[in-house]
Amino acid sequence: MGMAYILLVFAALLAIQPARAGEIVTIGVLAFEPDDSRSKAPADEGAMGARLAIEDNNATGRFTGQKFTLIERKIPRQADPAEASRRLEAQGASFIVSLLDAAAVVKAAESGLPLFNAAAPDERLRNEDCRPNLLHVLPDRAMLADGLAQYLIKKRWNKWFLAFGSGEADAAYAQAIRRAARHFGAHIVTERSWDFGTDSKPETEVPVFTQGADYDVVVVADEANAFGDLLPYRLWFPRPVVGTQGLVAKGWDASAEDWGAIQLQNRFVRLAKRPMTSIDYAAWIAVRAVGEAAARTKSTDPKVLRHALSAPDFSVAGFKGRQLSFREWDGQLRQPIFLAAANGLIAVSPQDGFMHPTTDLDTLGTDRPETKCKMVRPQ
Amino acid sequence: MQDGAPAMTQRTKFLPILVASATLWAPLSARAYTAYVSNEKDNTISIIDTEKMVVTETIKVGQQPRGILLSPDKTKLYICASSDDTIQVFDTALRKVVQNLPSGEDPETFAISPDGKLIYVSNENSNGVSVIDVEKRTVVAQFDVGVEPEGMAVSPDGKLAVNTSETTSMVHWIDTATNTVIDNTLVGQRPRVAVFNADGTKLWVSSEIGGTVTVIDVATRKVVRNIGFAVKGVSKDRVQPVGIRMTGDGKWVFVALGPANHVAVVDPRSFEVKGYILVGQRVWQMAFTPDEKQLYTTNGISGDVTVIDVARLTPLKSIKVGRYPWGVAIRP
Repeated sequence: MGMAYILLVFAALLAIQPARAGEIVTIGVLAFEPDDSRSKAPADEGAMGARLAIEDNNATGRFTGQKFTLIERKIPRQADPAEASRRLEAQGASFIVSLLDAAAVVKAAESGLPLFNAAAPDERLRNEDCRPNLLHVLPDRAMLADGLAQYLIKKRWNKWFLAFGSGEADAAYAQAIRRAARHFGAHIVTERSWDFGTDSKPETEVPVFTQGADYDVVVVADEANAFGDLLPYRLWFPRPVVGTQGLVAKGWDASAEDWGAIQLQNRFVRLAKRPMTSIDYAAWIAVRAVGEAAARTKSTDPKVLRHALSAPDFSVAGFKGRQLSFREWDGQLRQPIFLAAANGLIAVSPQDGFMHPTTDLDTLGTDRPETKCKMVRPQ
Repeated sequence: MQDGAPAMTQRTKFLPILVASATLWAPLSARAYTAYVSNEKDNTISIIDTEKMVVTETIKVGQQPRGILLSPDKTKLYICASSDDTIQVFDTALRKVVQNLPSGEDPETFAISPDGKLIYVSNENSNGVSVIDVEKRTVVAQFDVGVEPEGMAVSPDGKLAVNTSETTSMVHWIDTATNTVIDNTLVGQRPRVAVFNADGTKLWVSSEIGGTVTVIDVATRKVVRNIGFAVKGVSKDRVQPVGIRMTGDGKWVFVALGPANHVAVVDPRSFEVKGYILVGQRVWQMAFTPDEKQLYTTNGISGDVTVIDVARLTPLKSIKVGRYPWGVAIRP
């Protein structure tokens, strides 16, 4: 059903798109201008992943006669993303890789151009706010929480202490953890919000904060990294810290080497002079997916490529040891989740033993029966 | 874990029989051959007596040994020491490394010309292929291919070399007289191994992530058939074909299915999969004994090799080797 909707909507979109001739595929990259007050993230995070994938696509393109180009556009936070994506379209872009937040993604998608969400982990985007022209290459929080939960269950660390920060994202992450606990049968023994000040003394406050309950792990929900790093080795009990700090569930980690990943890591570091992040990886796989669709269909026609990306038999190789493909019910890229600590990759989910009638990759995140995504059927 | 469990039962079933009646099995391997297995994580080569089916010696070699190949005269074993950026030359009589060949960065797999004079090696990091003159120990040619070149093969007449590039998902056809890429064929995702059939009319290519083996007509370089696999109880995306071996009589093609822990048996005339043989975990590469009565498979995760009885298409025995066995070569 969902698939049919997507295809229909794509078909409808095509009717209003001018046909583009030639053997060039242009992909726009839409990002916010860096906000130096806020983030420690590299200013070119995501963009570097897209640039590397363009190189990879063009290496193949030498043999197929296809060419891939990027248009990178940075917009102020107050700018209108819909306008920005329409401008990219006017410049020839037939796909957009979005490095924007969830609210901006919804707006950017208004242009109708197929948009890969590479930076917003919000579940809403895959559910209530889903769009037929939206594909998600970054795992959402549900996938991350499920990937983490499977590992904890496998270790029989079933009693969780949930510690969360004050941000909206922290609340969303905590909610994903609660869902995962219900889903896989873990028990959240206590929940506490961290409300110590910035001048806190972690060596005295963390033990007090983590006292009074019996738990196997502390699951921390602190996406802004305000306090999570203060927890490891300071808990009341000798227990591991997992979640947004400690053992972290993520789409990519710079220490991944298996399944040929070392090749991708080396190529990335050569280009970017820094390690590859989850957002870099998401942007990379988005552009690679377009390249794969072009190579397979032997076409650079945006119409053909969009159909190919949503086709049930489409998949792209992404150095995670599995075929990666888009879920037809919400446009999310199904993919393994890495569990990494400071010393490197610890495990990869799905864990053995978590069964699914179609693919165990769909034990991570929102499965078809649970989706709240209702694509609007075009009239 | 579940995948491994049946393999264990299989092994325990075979072991006691073997111990109890080793002489009964002797006719299966008419002569004692020597199998070499590269252990990627141990930096060693395990040497196996194929008659006794035991490891007789473990020899230290360079770092991260992966692809291994015997010279046509069987006096040398070439070893890709990937982390040392060299191809080592192991003297099979002296049983030691006698020299290193230049290979370019991170050599993983390679192929030898039928006359034994040239080695074609893929350089994964530099998207290229190097041609090494074995005698002169120099790189005599280099050329560009797709992203992450991997599999290499030389046609039986030596006129064509092929390379597979993993991220580009292509077979690149190289004219060995001019060392130029003359054509490209798109195959399944992450192509790993390419093998010519005995008369050089077909090329078989495994695609690890695509989950298929593509058979290509060499004359036209067009795809003849894509072969898919379905192993009972194994999800489709765990079926990841890597190693390919064909019997000299053209009767069977064996395909190692990686984390599916099975070897597929394909009839090359009908391209039909005739069955699946349960082996160890993450089965990677394979080699026949010279009489083709047995097929050895390297099983990376379980750290062993499985010996397959080619006539019966059943596993005979598992032999423990080092950590992450990668390649295998067997000499008379």
